[in-house]
Amino acid sequence: MKRFGTLLLLPLAGLLSGCNLDVLAPAGDVAAQQRDLLVVSTVLMLIIIIPVMALTVFFAWRYRASNASATYTPDWDHSTKLELVIWAAPLLIIICLGALTWLGTHLLDPYRRIDRIEAGKPITQDHKPLTVEVVALDWKWLFIYPEYGVAAVNELAAPVDRPIDFRITSSAVMNSFYIPALAGQIYAMPGMETKLHAVINDPGTYKGFSANYSGAGFSGMRFDFHGLSAEAFDQWVAKAKAGTEKLSRESYLELERPSENEPVRHYASVDADLYDAVLNMCVERGKMCMSEMMAIDAKGGLGLEGARSTLPLEYDKFARRGAVFGVDPSYVASICTAEEAAAAWRAARGTEKTDWMPKDLSPLRGAGLLRPGMDRQRADASTGGGHLPPFEL
Amino acid sequence: MTTMLMLQTAKTADAEPVFHLENEHEHAEGGSTMLGFWIYLMSDCLIFAMLFAAYGVLGGNYAAGPAPKDLFDLPLVAVNTSMLLLSSITYGFAMLTMEKGRVAATQAWLAVTGLFGLAFIGIELYEFAHMIHEGATPQRSAFLSAFFTLVGTHGLHVTFGIIWLVTLMVQVWTRGLIAANRRRLMCLSMFWHFLDVIWIGVFTFVYLMGVLR
Amino acid sequence: MPDSLIKFIFGRLSWESLPLHEPIVVGTFMAVALGGAVLVGALTYYRLWGYLWREWFTSVDHKKIGIMYMVLGLVMLLRGFSDAIMMRLQQAIAFNGSEGYLNAHHYDQIFTAHGVIMIFFVAMPFVTGLMNYVVPLQIGARDVSFPFLNNFSFWMTVGGAVLVMASLFVGEFAQTGWLAYPPLSNIGYSPDVGVDYYIWALQVAGVGTTLSGINLICTIVKMRAPGMTMMRMPVFTWTSLCTNVLIVASFPVLTAVLSMLALDRYVGTNFFTNDFGGSPMMYVNLIWIWGHPEVYILILPLFGVFSEVTSTFSGKRLFGYTSMVYATVVITILSYLVWLHHFFTMGSGASVNSFFGITTMIISIPTGAKIFNWLFTMYRGRIRFELPMMWTVAFMLTFVVGGMTGVLLAVPPADFVLHNSLFLIAHFHNVIIGGVLFGLFAGIVYWWPKAFGFKLDPFWGKVSFWCWVVGFWFAFMPLYILGLMGVTRRMRVFDDPSLQIWFVIAAFGAVLIAIGIAAFLIQIYVSIRRREELTDPTGDPWNGRTLEWSTSSPPPDYNFAFTPVVRDNDAWWDMKKAGYKRPLSGFKPIHMPRNTGTGVILAALSVALGFGLIWYMWWLAAASFIGIIATAIGHTFNYHRDFHIPASEVTQTEEARTRLLAMQG
Repeated sequence: MKRFGTLLLLPLAGLLSGCNLDVLAPAGDVAAQQRDLLVVSTVLMLIIIIPVMALTVFFAWRYRASNASATYTPDWDHSTKLELVIWAAPLLIIICLGALTWLGTHLLDPYRRIDRIEAGKPITQDHKPLTVEVVALDWKWLFIYPEYGVAAVNELAAPVDRPIDFRITSSAVMNSFYIPALAGQIYAMPGMETKLHAVINDPGTYKGFSANYSGAGFSGMRFDFHGLSAEAFDQWVAKAKAGTEKLSRESYLELERPSENEPVRHYASVDADLYDAVLNMCVERGKMCMSEMMAIDAKGGLGLEGARSTLPLEYDKFARRGAVFGVDPSYVASICTAEEAAAAWRAARGTEKTDWMPKDLSPLRGAGLLRPGMDRQRADASTGGGHLPPFEL
Repeated sequence: MTTMLMLQTAKTADAEPVFHLENEHEHAEGGSTMLGFWIYLMSDCLIFAMLFAAYGVLGGNYAAGPAPKDLFDLPLVAVNTSMLLLSSITYGFAMLTMEKGRVAATQAWLAVTGLFGLAFIGIELYEFAHMIHEGATPQRSAFLSAFFTLVGTHGLHVTFGIIWLVTLMVQVWTRGLIAANRRRLMCLSMFWHFLDVIWIGVFTFVYLMGVLR
Repeated sequence: MPDSLIKFIFGRLSWESLPLHEPIVVGTFMAVALGGAVLVGALTYYRLWGYLWREWFTSVDHKKIGIMYMVLGLVMLLRGFSDAIMMRLQQAIAFNGSEGYLNAHHYDQIFTAHGVIMIFFVAMPFVTGLMNYVVPLQIGARDVSFPFLNNFSFWMTVGGAVLVMASLFVGEFAQTGWLAYPPLSNIGYSPDVGVDYYIWALQVAGVGTTLSGINLICTIVKMRAPGMTMMRMPVFTWTSLCTNVLIVASFPVLTAVLSMLALDRYVGTNFFTNDFGGSPMMYVNLIWIWGHPEVYILILPLFGVFSEVTSTFSGKRLFGYTSMVYATVVITILSYLVWLHHFFTMGSGASVNSFFGITTMIISIPTGAKIFNWLFTMYRGRIRFELPMMWTVAFMLTFVVGGMTGVLLAVPPADFVLHNSLFLIAHFHNVIIGGVLFGLFAGIVYWWPKAFGFKLDPFWGKVSFWCWVVGFWFAFMPLYILGLMGVTRRMRVFDDPSLQIWFVIAAFGAVLIAIGIAAFLIQIYVSIRRREELTDPTGDPWNGRTLEWSTSSPPPDYNFAFTPVVRDNDAWWDMKKAGYKRPLSGFKPIHMPRNTGTGVILAALSVALGFGLIWYMWWLAAASFIGIIATAIGHTFNYHRDFHIPASEVTQTEEARTRLLAMQG
């Protein structure tokens, strides 16, 4: 088997030089840090794995039955010293790895604002983050740029060296938003918002896709991510704005219907409240928004009168179909109008912290390594919008 | 038995080692039944644990519909609870009379237990029907889904308990209190008390705490 | 007939439900039907039905049930592997605008079925079968605690398998991935029967698995031979005990979570829906609370196999028995504290993620200790490289790589870039093939002579071994590399042509594995043909160490004429050293359980119940449910469940063995 291994390695080396290992050679700083952690962890583990493999082969060879010259101790089955080593060696490695994991996980938490553009280039007041609202649809991606009022289907662009704040949700089923060259993935889930903070350092075109199987059209849920210079990005926005298509609630409901292998499409304007409506699953007028529902539930529901406040569902992304013994598909009727709900979201977003932290050079503390001043942001991250709060210990 | 034999082997270790039992006691039939049934109960307990967990997660999601305080009729539930608690006590009496070998008394207590069980199921069905009539169906909200499933699963268990009880009564009637039937009554006893314990959890976490919040 | 009547009788089953438009499925059906007809014909011609029914199907003998589990696992391995090779072929050709040869509807079923079958109907039956066969023998018992329950459990597992197989030809299987995450698996997005097949197949099989877990725990706790304290139990028995504790403490979770999914689909409740306050995230949490222990359910017994094999073939006591036992127990407990590492990417906070990442890493400490223990068992041994030992060494070299990539995936930021990628696929195949499957082959080759009285042919075994080992590396190393390129799992078509070469290499590896499987089947066939040459009349072909080798091969129905008394954890080794003499007289009648067909009937009714629920044939579901209750109650009225093997028969059997042993000199 060893011989096979060496034989395998030669063509392997050749093949590997030809392909692009996105995960190992990323173009964004976050992915690069994740890569570093990956490599360091591997090296740490190899410290123990390689000797074990070598010893296995050596012992298997040395103590083969035909080797009569090797020592044979059939009743030797215990050695306290050896047992200590056996348990201590992996323990030590895991202590190192555990410490690394604790640090790395907090520093690379996707909810945490990044604090550097790349090694040696901390974030300053000049770095205004670009917000991109991401919606996973069946089976395509919608990217909304609230700052510019444009949107794109299956194409994402961002200027290099500018922090990007992704807010991610999904319209129907679970997906995972992943651009290997930029940063690690995070799930996109209906009625919930996940966040990702990243930056792209090298201009270029990279692939992005859904990394969580979501049904028949899953393989075609791919998009190109363009890392552009500031000027090129402005041109991209201008090109998008020059188009004629508008993304309103109505056209969103059209777009939302299942379709596969969608071509790239740009929207010159986007309904400002659309993303929040998608997130709160109330793009259809008259349907109660999650934010409203959660606020009502927090106050103890609507009582027995609320029991019958549902309306039959006229529209469904798929066939109108419900459980065989259940009631017909329905939705909870909204009490306030769509406009009132939108005003509430704007108010909620208004209180969110929109400026960002220059790199804080004070020493790291315990408790999840929050830096002074970072606490607010994390608190915002877990309660902002109308989504379910993420788990906390 | 095992420890005794170990002593025996230890004693004879110097002399002729003993490698097998010349005269073994037969494994008493059903020797593992109590342990096995207990483990089964624990696995069932896990199912309830999951349903409790689901209720814990979803219990506040009323989907702008009714909440526990709008739905639960505590006096009725208290009556229901007492039915189940009383049935546990009467089952206890059945076991006591069984120990004394009094077939008729055992049967009578079992019958009383079954009647209490039926009363419990009846009240629960009435409660469910009433809620559904009010529009608080299992489909209305995640809270109601979790509620109906948790309480309904318990009710189903009680129903099967009653079927089992009747079966055992027939068996006691035809064969008397033989060892196998005693063992079976013991298993059902564990099952019945187990359901009682689960119900105390339901009563506390679902009904009482539901009305409080 | 009026439509309403047809709808009443057949539910949603119609001619359109038969996949007549899928040539691949039709072809498979032809082949299966033909093969099935030949088999049925042969069984009828040779009048074997009665024999099978009396001696096997209704048997409560743990040995026969164990063997039947292994046969089930093997049959389902062929199905699961066909799925695998179809996937490899699709991924190897679906480039440059080609759609491959499978449409999404078919391909999505294949990868779902592959996962479900390999875990539930290959690995589980194999593992359960091995435990069923070996554990009672190792602890000196005559059967398990509840022999009827054992038979029933087996047939329930078969029932689940039957439902999965039925989905191939009647309707469709789930297209959701093997864990059927909602909302995708909810009625809105998967309205057809696929997910229902999934739910009811697993529910039916799950009943069997849970009950067999309870059964084996009781057996190990209650039925050990005198003198066998907990710390004198063979390591395989220990790992089996831990595995069954895991089964009993995790399968109810699966039952509960699938029941809730079923309620969502059938009654319209809102546990895992998007609207009305449901939480799909809860499903993901709950299913992995079952799912992670499941991984250890599969691997722990094989750790036991490797321990037995290493010590036997090194001719040495197992190094660090006590630490081996504690390592197993620690793994058992820790396996409940790591489930969240399957979805770091769901957006839990950094503290939660690092907690679960670190607990995952901690599991590698006892696992590492085990590897070292095997290593030092080999140290200063006299290692005979028979097939079981070869599988063990291959396991040690393969598994550590899988373990390493596993720990890597436990580092949350690394998981963010590797989650759901082919790297993950490579990782878990690395541990499941390199650990579970290699262990199963080691175990099968090791205990085969015990079960049948002759060894397996070593030549074809070696062919199978090398094809599997080399094939495994060819099939999965490319997936590691593809994962590092950021290629995700469950993709049907690709647009980047530079990836193709890796998929082609992986497909080549799969072909090698196919040859390995074929060689394994040939090995069995050849060995049966050459059973006279390969025969082992001693009952102890490997110079074994534990009690199962003290009795004849195959063991008599009653396993041991006299219950053995244990003085050491290598009980049989100790007996041989102390000059054990087989007792030749004084045999007594032996109390044994009686065969019963109730298990088969109950399982068949359960399949009917499942089928009725899947197709909305409510009359069938109701009738079979009532049938199940009635049969179960009827069974409790049978008080004659045991009999005695007369002393004369025991004497006869034992004397035959005496003569056989004498002939060997």
